[in-house]
Amino acid sequence: MTATFTYPFIGLIEKTFVITEFELRKLRHDFTELVTRALQPALWLLIFGQVFSRSGAMHTGNIPYLDFIAPGILAQSVLFVAIFYGINVIWERDLGIVQKFLVSPTPRAALVLGKGFSAGTRTLSQAVVVYGLSLLLGVKLSWRPFALLNVVVVVVLAATLFSTFSLIIACIVKTRERFMGVGQVLTMPLFFASNAIYPTAMMPGWLQVISRLNPLTYVVDALRTFMLAGSTSTFSLRQDYAVILLAGTVLVFIGARLYPRLAT
Amino acid sequence: MSEAVLEIQALTRRFGAFTAVDTLTLSVNAGEVFSLLGSNGAGKTTTIKMLTTLLQPSSGEARVAGFSITSQAVNVRRSIGYVPQAVSVDGSLTGYENLLIFAKLYDLPRNQQQARIKEALEFMDLTAESGRLVSQYSGGMVRRLEIAQATLHRPRVLFLDEPTVGLDPIARDAVWKHLVDLRTNYGTTLFFTTHYLEEAESYCDRIAIMHRGKVAALGTCKELEASLGGGSHTLDEVFVHYAGSALDSGGTFRDVSAERATAQRLG
Repeated sequence: MTATFTYPFIGLIEKTFVITEFELRKLRHDFTELVTRALQPALWLLIFGQVFSRSGAMHTGNIPYLDFIAPGILAQSVLFVAIFYGINVIWERDLGIVQKFLVSPTPRAALVLGKGFSAGTRTLSQAVVVYGLSLLLGVKLSWRPFALLNVVVVVVLAATLFSTFSLIIACIVKTRERFMGVGQVLTMPLFFASNAIYPTAMMPGWLQVISRLNPLTYVVDALRTFMLAGSTSTFSLRQDYAVILLAGTVLVFIGARLYPRLAT
Repeated sequence: MSEAVLEIQALTRRFGAFTAVDTLTLSVNAGEVFSLLGSNGAGKTTTIKMLTTLLQPSSGEARVAGFSITSQAVNVRRSIGYVPQAVSVDGSLTGYENLLIFAKLYDLPRNQQQARIKEALEFMDLTAESGRLVSQYSGGMVRRLEIAQATLHRPRVLFLDEPTVGLDPIARDAVWKHLVDLRTNYGTTLFFTTHYLEEAESYCDRIAIMHRGKVAALGTCKELEASLGGGSHTLDEVFVHYAGSALDSGGTFRDVSAERATAQRLG
């Protein structure tokens, strides 16, 4: 009769896009958040990037430091936007919106993945900001359509991954206050234990190990490879994509299991 | 007409050592308007959450529209509508968009979606406001939109948790007028909780008074009033008799603050 019944997988995809569509419609009604979010990457690139570029303290091989951190700052702003995304579901829980979605026959995974994709689409505005700033700072960007397309895909997947992680935290802590606390505690370690603003080779051994377990490291590696002209991947793009997709899938699965807890 | 659309068998839910709903057994007929009456903490909301598949029962079973809430949850979800106590439409979307998303989530055929949304908007007197953001709606309009959203797929049973809490008397009457029309036009069974006795009295076919997770009394309003014996009694007196205290005592901090938050958002 209906897609969800006859073809569960098609139903899942279809419903995922319904959820994404309506999250994005909200943006059309109020896009101020896109403007305010542009500030953070600007600060990191224009101030932190410029200062450390001059200091010469960061050894980034034959890539200038500003070129090195531009993809790192994009990854960071994707992380920062996505990691607080879960607060929306707590808000929707305090209203009765989560309950109403859970009473509908929508697959739970579609509810989770739809939210993730919408976070992904929202963070694309950050890519536009970082590209604009990079142009301004003379970063040697790659404009090959294939590379640009991959940047879009990596940004959307990374935001989906981290926003789903955020949603899982929201399902566990359930209140805004606790969520903000946990969010703050997680963001900085994820950021610093990655190759976003310095090469992993500069890290002490124990931190290098942690950074290899951090999905953000692979996001940065993929972005760096696709964004910069003439850059090569540290781990191989295949490994980057594999880690991002695998971590994302596992998190969506856990999120779908935990999401109904929000209604109790 | 006496086909049971809701059959509840010894339904029980425990939270740790506390038993919120205790071996509840009830049956509701198709097309009936049925009310669960009780103080805060009597187990009304927990009962509705189990019947709408939001919460797993600790033991017992219930069938909604013929489907088991434990083993056929997706079928149950297709057969019911739910209006939670808290505001459940999205303020950052328009009234029309709030309906469109549910038309899609419930798999209404594409060529019927627009007609069904138009009909629902007309039915709930919201056509003129459908293009406005819901955050600009009045409390009564929000409730009517929620009912429109929850009934777009023509559910057999509509569950409402305190549907008129926080509304002024005029808005409450308007909501009830629409709910009664739903039953008349589509034969929708209405199962709702309230602590407004006069609503139960004016609109319900049958009432169950819940007290400490159990059904303390069950029947039509007349039957309940007669059950005390000796002269005429009001429903208030019946309630005090079965629930041991007047209606608005009790309830936890969380119940009260959730209720006030809803009232504030709708007011």
